[in-house]
Amino acid sequence: MLDWFWIIPALPLAGFLVLTLGPSLSRATVSGMTLATSTLAAMLSASIAVALLQQGFHPVGYSRSLWTWIDLDGFTTRIALYIDALSMTMVLIITGVGLLVQLYATEYMSEDDEYQRFFAYMNLFVGSMLVLVLADNLLLLFLGWEGVGLCSYLLIGFWYRDLLNGRAARKAFIVNRIGDAAMLVGLCLLFTELGTLEIQAILRNATLQWTIGDPLVVTATVLLLGGAIGKSAQVPLHVWLPDAMAGPTPVSALIHSATMVTAGVYLIARTHTLFALAPVTQTAIVVIGTTTMLFAASSALVQRDIKRVFAYSTISQLGYMFIALGVGATGAAIFHLFTHACFKALLFLLAGALMFSLHHEKDLMNMGGLRRDLPLLFWAAVIGAASLSGLPFITAGFFSKDQILLQAWISPNGGRWLLTAGLIGSVLTALYSFRVVFLAFFGEKHREVSKSPGWRMTLPMGILAVLSLGIGWLGWSPRAEEPSWFIRLMDTAMPVHQPDPITEAQAGMVAVLASSAALLGVAGAYLMYMQRPASLEAVVKTEAVQAIRQFLFRGWAFNWLYRLTIQKPFRLFAQAAKHDLVERAYDRLLVRPFLSTAGSAKGDIVDQAYERLLMRPFQWVADINQDDVLDRLYRGLTRLVEQAAVTARRLQTGQVRWYATVLAAGAVGLAGLAVLA
Amino acid sequence: MMDFFFYVAASVAISSTVLFVIAPNAVHALLNLILSFLAIAVIFLLLGAPFAAALEVIIYAGAVMVLFVFVIMMLQVGPKSVEQERRWIGIRIWWVPVGLAMLLLAEVGTLIATGAVTAESGPRRVGPEEVGLVLLSRYLLAVELASLLLLPGILGAYYLGRRRREDP
Amino acid sequence: MSGPLVVHAVMVAGILFALGLTGLLARRNLLFMLMSVEVMLNAAGLGFIAAGARWGAPDGQVMFLFILTLAAAEVPVALALVLQVHRRFHTLDADAVTLMEG
Repeated sequence: MLDWFWIIPALPLAGFLVLTLGPSLSRATVSGMTLATSTLAAMLSASIAVALLQQGFHPVGYSRSLWTWIDLDGFTTRIALYIDALSMTMVLIITGVGLLVQLYATEYMSEDDEYQRFFAYMNLFVGSMLVLVLADNLLLLFLGWEGVGLCSYLLIGFWYRDLLNGRAARKAFIVNRIGDAAMLVGLCLLFTELGTLEIQAILRNATLQWTIGDPLVVTATVLLLGGAIGKSAQVPLHVWLPDAMAGPTPVSALIHSATMVTAGVYLIARTHTLFALAPVTQTAIVVIGTTTMLFAASSALVQRDIKRVFAYSTISQLGYMFIALGVGATGAAIFHLFTHACFKALLFLLAGALMFSLHHEKDLMNMGGLRRDLPLLFWAAVIGAASLSGLPFITAGFFSKDQILLQAWISPNGGRWLLTAGLIGSVLTALYSFRVVFLAFFGEKHREVSKSPGWRMTLPMGILAVLSLGIGWLGWSPRAEEPSWFIRLMDTAMPVHQPDPITEAQAGMVAVLASSAALLGVAGAYLMYMQRPASLEAVVKTEAVQAIRQFLFRGWAFNWLYRLTIQKPFRLFAQAAKHDLVERAYDRLLVRPFLSTAGSAKGDIVDQAYERLLMRPFQWVADINQDDVLDRLYRGLTRLVEQAAVTARRLQTGQVRWYATVLAAGAVGLAGLAVLA
Repeated sequence: MMDFFFYVAASVAISSTVLFVIAPNAVHALLNLILSFLAIAVIFLLLGAPFAAALEVIIYAGAVMVLFVFVIMMLQVGPKSVEQERRWIGIRIWWVPVGLAMLLLAEVGTLIATGAVTAESGPRRVGPEEVGLVLLSRYLLAVELASLLLLPGILGAYYLGRRRREDP
Repeated sequence: MSGPLVVHAVMVAGILFALGLTGLLARRNLLFMLMSVEVMLNAAGLGFIAAGARWGAPDGQVMFLFILTLAAAEVPVALALVLQVHRRFHTLDADAVTLMEG
């Protein structure tokens, strides 16, 4: 059984090839084929998971080499897959959520003209993502990494006829490339230093070769972290994810919440041994994670577009996972990744279902009172929001977030301030998630429901809702001293270095704090969005609050900041190089102010007085002094500037021959140096 | 005897290149260029590089120049363009290029003259086997990189060369 | 006897390179400029072959092969660009093909 696990990524990739290269197929064939491959892949991964569990996950995992990819002198890379508890969990998430989302998409996209193209991209995505998590070496992982990046680009811009969607896709692609460039450099560094790209060998060699805090390992981990924050949308490379919501909603559910954006978390968990050697990087991860988590949660609070609320929520939850990674609790991070995949996919599918029923309405302010018309969606929303906010004991989100908060508190890297930040984030999370529920399903009705979603959309949501409630118990242990079943499972893949002792009292206290934070958030949401007391309304209307609101609405104005610090100077530079700076500066500073003052002050009394008293005498003096030395000096100056401008402008003419001449002159100069030397 | 051949080939190469540079007619220029490449192939042969000589004839004088022929045919170079070309290459335009080129040549010449090129052994014949062995062992990575360069070359040429619908 | 032969081959390479450079700078027709670039590339190849012959090593020929590959990759793209330029501007005048205001 285990020998066949390479078929899991092969299935969706085969589906992609058939859908892309094959003839144009009918909708029924396309959806039938996609669902068949997805079901097969999900069933196969489930049975392999069972087989692995029975075998007890021997610590090194299970690898299988398929063929040699590149074989050069001193550089050999195989196409090889590796499976252990960590990649198994990821595979289950990808194939499971993938199957549910594709089932949902067969109905959601049924009106679309380019049904086949959509499913081709989706299959390619699932295949690349599986390659990413199953890769045995970092180069193959990078191939999958770029593959999912490409699919993300293609799917965000799926409705490319709208220019804005294309822009959003380009933004996602470019921002991700910034991180990926860092990651590629990191891979080169690891290869030159350790002589291999196989992940397990790297981890082994790193502990032998590097001591804790070695500058090389810090550099390597910072570079890998660069790739991870790009893909996982952490500050400062998060700007692409809110815009990525331009894609179809199933894409947002699968790629931009459940799977692809967690690739950064997976990468760090996979190479956690390296990160354990670099405490500086770990602190950086904690800082980045905390900042991201708080910033995104506060931004989610004021968004009007339901998908943007969930996008910011995803960024914020990824921040929680980064905090867990930073404090060394990789197991807790993966557990939160797992539960988050379930409830966030549920919430995105819910958002899609609402848009489906309300003529593509995305604005929360235009929804309301939908509880009676769409009872199924209402319950899905309540379950999803409850799990996201981590309501105690009945939801999965509670168990995973509780773990992270506990670890954040007791870890030497964290402490009380980190716990406090996490609790504040928890309150904000509950606040924004129940805001969505109250605004969409209670209150006055603004829109009529046009159609109800069919079973292909409600069934996946039902399954995800059950999972969002049920799987939390996997991460629960009756006694605080010993880790839960899931954490122990993860520890077979990622051995914990120094298990910090947890006392019963600490665990109990965090559980109480986390529950009360969540309940406080829900109560706050009820107060603010259901009751709406007059005193609160008055506070909201004040200018200061509105200004903060605007600031949060624009996601802390990161886009504006980047435009100001990166785009603007670049453009200005280009403009300056085109028109020549000196000329423009003179124009701006001297000519224009003078012209405008002269224009506005023409002909009044003061003007006349000035003319009589100053200008005429001056003119008279000027007349007799015309062409004296001073005059010539100034004229010479202007001519000099003019000449300089003309000369400088020649540098950038767009004339190829001129460029070639300059190039040749440079070559002559260099050769001259060689001759003289 | 070998020297004689070398100087003949070298003078053919230089004179045909000069003719190419000043030719107003694109087809004539191209024929001169092919002649120059063939002469250089002879020089390669005399320098003991028969493999490079064969490639020079097949790829440079053959494939690359045929591409130019196609493009010239597509652009329909007629008497009118020859006339225009004559107008473009007046006397005045030559001063800077010739000056720069002469300067560069003088510098390179000085370097060669002062350099320590005092080999005694005759040009050893380095056959294809030897080239192939070195190419596919020491330079293997460069060969892979060359393949990476050629693929975008194909794609780029295809993309740029296709006729778009909105084009006239 | 080969000493002068190799030196003279390098001289020929230099002369051809200078001629190619002259052509590149002087001609206004994009097609001619491209062909001049070919001459320059070829001259560089001749230089490599001569240097390889000086040491009796195959490396010179290997480098020539890479130059050949470079030319093979460059020519189709450049010619396709020339075709595009001709379609868009209806001329091959390198001086006229500019949209900059400089």
